Amino acid sequence: MQRRVTFDSRLLPYLLLAPQVAVTLVFFIWPAANAIWQSVHLQDAFGIRSEFVWFENFTHVLGDPNYLDTLKTTVIFSVAVTVLAMGVALLLAVLADSKIKGASAYKTLLIWPYALAPAVAAVLWMFIFNPDIGSFGRALRALGFDWDYRLNGGQALLMVILAASWKQVSYNFIFFLAGLQAIPRSVMEAASIDGAGPVRRFWTITFPLLSPTTFFLLVVDMVYAFFETFGTIHALTQGGPGKATETLIFRVYQDGVVNNDLGGSSAQSVILMVIVIALTAVQFRFVERKVHYS
Amino acid sequence: MATVEIRNVRKSYGPVEAIKGIDIAIQDGEFLVLLGPSGCGKSTLLRMVAGLEGITGGEIAIGGRVVNHLDPKDRDIAMVFQNYALYPHMTVFDNMAYGLKIRGIPKAEIRARVDKAANILELGRFLDRRPSQLSGGQRQRVAMGRAIVREPAAFLFDEPLSNLDAKLRTQMRVEIKRLQDRLGITSLYVTHDQVEAMTLADRILVMNHGVAEQIGTPLEVYQRPASLFVAGFIGSPPMNVLDGRIDDRGEAVLLPGGQRLPLPRPRATDAGRPVKLGIRPEHMAVAADGFSIEIELVEALGADTVVYGRLPDGETLLVRMAGIPTVRERDRLTVAPQDGALHLFDAVTGRRME
Repeated sequence: MQRRVTFDSRLLPYLLLAPQVAVTLVFFIWPAANAIWQSVHLQDAFGIRSEFVWFENFTHVLGDPNYLDTLKTTVIFSVAVTVLAMGVALLLAVLADSKIKGASAYKTLLIWPYALAPAVAAVLWMFIFNPDIGSFGRALRALGFDWDYRLNGGQALLMVILAASWKQVSYNFIFFLAGLQAIPRSVMEAASIDGAGPVRRFWTITFPLLSPTTFFLLVVDMVYAFFETFGTIHALTQGGPGKATETLIFRVYQDGVVNNDLGGSSAQSVILMVIVIALTAVQFRFVERKVHYS
Repeated sequence: MATVEIRNVRKSYGPVEAIKGIDIAIQDGEFLVLLGPSGCGKSTLLRMVAGLEGITGGEIAIGGRVVNHLDPKDRDIAMVFQNYALYPHMTVFDNMAYGLKIRGIPKAEIRARVDKAANILELGRFLDRRPSQLSGGQRQRVAMGRAIVREPAAFLFDEPLSNLDAKLRTQMRVEIKRLQDRLGITSLYVTHDQVEAMTLADRILVMNHGVAEQIGTPLEVYQRPASLFVAGFIGSPPMNVLDGRIDDRGEAVLLPGGQRLPLPRPRATDAGRPVKLGIRPEHMAVAADGFSIEIELVEALGADTVVYGRLPDGETLLVRMAGIPTVRERDRLTVAPQDGALHLFDAVTGRRME
C-alpha cells in the first residue's frame, strides 16, 4: 500500500511548492538564462546596445592564453585543495575514531571551522600570515625567510590553497568519521587476528570500505574548490599577485564586474556551468551505483 | 595444535572487576565451552585469550608460550565472531585467503587450503560471491572457513550461532562438532546456550559474575552441579530448589511442608543445619507418598510433559514426565524424588554439600 497525501484544494500543492520554485527561478534559472543570452551577445562599453555574435565570445575566451593560464591555476588549486582537505580530514577522522581521551571535545573543535564564513576565515588567515602584521608571517621573516604572499605568486597560491582546504577539512571530517564509525569493530578485530597490522588494516579494510564516502567527498570538494572559494580568494589575494591566484570563478567576477566585459564573462559562466553539470552527473551516476557494498 | 593455559586471569575496568581470577588448563585438542549468562565475563575472557582485551592480572599461555603481551596476530589463533565479521568488500575466497596472504603463504597453497576448507564447508559454489550475497548460514560457514584455513593453534568461538534461526543453529552445531572431531584443534567456545554447551563440550566452564562456578564434563556439571547457580543454569526446565533443614540426627532433610526426605548417607556433623534442596524435574515421579501438589499448568512438549505444581506452602514444584500428559490442570498429584536424586547446597554460600 502506498500512502498518499490528499489535498482538498487542487491549488494548495502548487501554492506550497511556489516559494521553492520562485527561489529557484529568481536565483538560478533567471541568472543562468541571462548568462547564456549574454554569452552570445556583444555589448558596447556603455551597455546601451548589444549585438548577437554567435559563439564569438566563446572562441575569444578559449583562445585567450590568459584564460588557459587561469584554467591551469584552477586545476592546480582544485586538485591541491581536494587532496589536502581530504587527506587531512581522513587522518584526523582516523585519529578521532580510535580510543583517545577527550574525543568528543576534539570532534567538536574540528567541526567549528565549517561554521565560519569564507571571508571571515580568510581574514583570520591574513592575521596569521600577513608579513607585516601576521604573527606567523612576521616570525617567518624574522627567521630570514623571504615571506610575502603579496609579491610572491607561489606563496600566494600556497596560502589560498591552505585557507580553502582548512575550511573544507571540517566537512570532510564529519563524513569520514561517520564512515569510519559505520565499519563494525569486529571486522577490524578479525583483520588484526588474521595478522594485519594497523597500516595494512587501514589500506586493505578501512580504506576500501570508505570508498563510497571518499568518492562522494571527492566530487563535493572539487565543486567546492571550483565554485565556492571566491570569498576566500577575494579576501586574501584578490587573484594576485599578477594572476597567480586567479581561478575561473574569480576571473568571471574580474572580467564581468571589474572590467565590464559582460559577454566574455557570461561565456566563462556558461563554461563553468557545463563543468558543474558534468561533475554532478558523474556524482549521481557513480555514487548511487558503482561504489557500493552493502 | 596446542594447549591453552589460563592462570589466575583477572580483568578490571577501573574499580569494577569483571573477571576475578580464572584458572584452567585446556588440553591439546580439547573443546572447552565457556557458559554463562550475559555479563558474566565469558566473552571478555575469550577476547583476552585472543588479545583483543588487555590482561589486568595473571597469565595466558598458548602452546606453552605466555602471550600476555603479544598482538593478536602473533598468538596463532583464529576467531569466529557472533556477527561473522566478514570483510564486506571481498569475495568469499578473498575473505578466507586474507590471513594467509598476509602471512606470505605461496599462492598455490592458499588456493589449495581455501579449496579444501570450501569443500568441507560446502562453500565451493560461493567462492566468487560477496558476503552480502550469502544467507546467514552461509556467512557463518565463511567465518568458520576463514578460521580453518589458518590452521591455528586454537579456535576461539564467540557465540557463533546466536544470530541464526533455531533450525540452522542445530544444524551448524552438529557441523561444528563434526569439524572439531575431524580437525582436533583446541577450541574455546563462548555461549549462553546450555544445549550448545552440553552437546559440544569436552568440558564446560560455567561462569557467573567473573568467577568459575564449576569446571567439568557436561555430565559432571549436570549430575553434580557445584553450586546453586550451576544447578539452576544447566537443565531445562531448571532444577527445583526448596528450603530445608537437616534433622537432628543428620539422617534426613525436613521441609517446611512437613515432608521428610531420607538422605542417602547420614551426615551427623550437619545435624540441624539449614540447607537448600535441589531436585531436577525429570527426577520426580508419581508416588504414594511425598509432595502433594496442585497442578497449575501442564506443558505438553510431545516427547515429555512438564507439570507446574503448587505445594501447600505456596512454592512451585516442576515435574517432568515422559510422554503425553496424563494429568490435567487443577488435578492433585503426589510426587516424590527418585533415589539418589537429591542435591544439597549450603543455604548461605550456595555451594554443593557432598
